[in-house]
Amino acid sequence: MKSIAELQAIRDKARERIAVRDGAQDGTRVVVGMATCGIAAGARSVMNAFVDEIAKRHVEHVAVVQTGCIGMCQFEPIVEVLAPGKEKVTYGKVTPEMVAKIVTDHLVNGNPVAEYTVANLMK
Amino acid sequence: MLELSLNVLDIAQNSVVAGATVVELTVTEETARNRLTLTIRDNGCGMTPEQLARVRDPFFTTRTTRKVGMGIPLFRVAAEAANGSLDIESEQGVGTTVTALFELRHIDRMPLGDMVGTVTTLIRLNPELDIVYRHTVDGEEFAFDTASLRPILGEVSLAESEVMEWITANLAEGVTALNSQA
Ligand SMILES: Nc1ncnc2c1ncn2[C@@H]1O[C@H](COP(=O)(O)OP(=O)(O)OP(=O)(O)O)[C@@H](O)[C@H]1O
Ligand SMILES: [Mg+2]
Repeated sequence: MKSIAELQAIRDKARERIAVRDGAQDGTRVVVGMATCGIAAGARSVMNAFVDEIAKRHVEHVAVVQTGCIGMCQFEPIVEVLAPGKEKVTYGKVTPEMVAKIVTDHLVNGNPVAEYTVANLMK
Repeated sequence: MLELSLNVLDIAQNSVVAGATVVELTVTEETARNRLTLTIRDNGCGMTPEQLARVRDPFFTTRTTRKVGMGIPLFRVAAEAANGSLDIESEQGVGTTVTALFELRHIDRMPLGDMVGTVTTLIRLNPELDIVYRHTVDGEEFAFDTASLRPILGEVSLAESEVMEWITANLAEGVTALNSQA
């Protein structure tokens, strides 16, 4: 079984990281729709793909959080990216395969992926 | 929903919205009785008898962005398709328990799917919430409880990525051991 000693070591490492991180300003929020419409459309794996990709690429100051139904069920899974000082970008029909590009282009380099946005889907 | 673990995640999200601090998920597989039982119990705000009566009616919701609630009706349809049923008990100020019964080997029973993914998603999204997960296969039980980790972690969040990795591995080991026994 996974040991408690391992968990204690993880805690100690995390404490050091948190101390470094807490000096930083407010970060970007990745908001995933997790109501029934979102979950049925695949939001669980999309959310996990964001968390994994953000951890893998060591992208700092990004929080993945949830929201309920925002009234556009036909575009679920919906992911909104809220970066400080930038306009909100809403992605629709997001799949786990799209996540790496959103993380690299948008979260790391600051360029939203226009083709994945709800605005583009509505064209 | 493609798998029952997604219904469980969705029903547990109702508990989160209801302000629960503890959510208990149980999966009970009984081969001899040909039964699968899923329960989601919370200590959230609960429902009044009138609300409860309406929720038993399909398509009731207190949400405002959409006219119908889909979570409970979808779970009920999944249970009834497998010759089972859905029951909700709720008391205002006490909490809510949703119980779904399925015929384990019914041809139309959706697969349970990734319960580890459901538990870890709930933890990631709600690191302050205490989650109890109990999975029993023919009397053999695996139990997991986030509350037991908090004294070890102190102020470190359950949502920290290495902590989540440890939890995921712990859950996966426990569930795999259960299934290899069966
Ligand atoms: N655990 C709970 N505690 C308190 N109230 C609940 C709980 N579960 C459901 N309800 C009530 O029942 C209603 C219907 O739930 P249901 O899951 O079917 O739809 P919804 O959550 O409103 O919308 P959706 O699930 O489609 O996103 C909810 O709006 C809420 O008022
Ligand atoms: Mg719901």
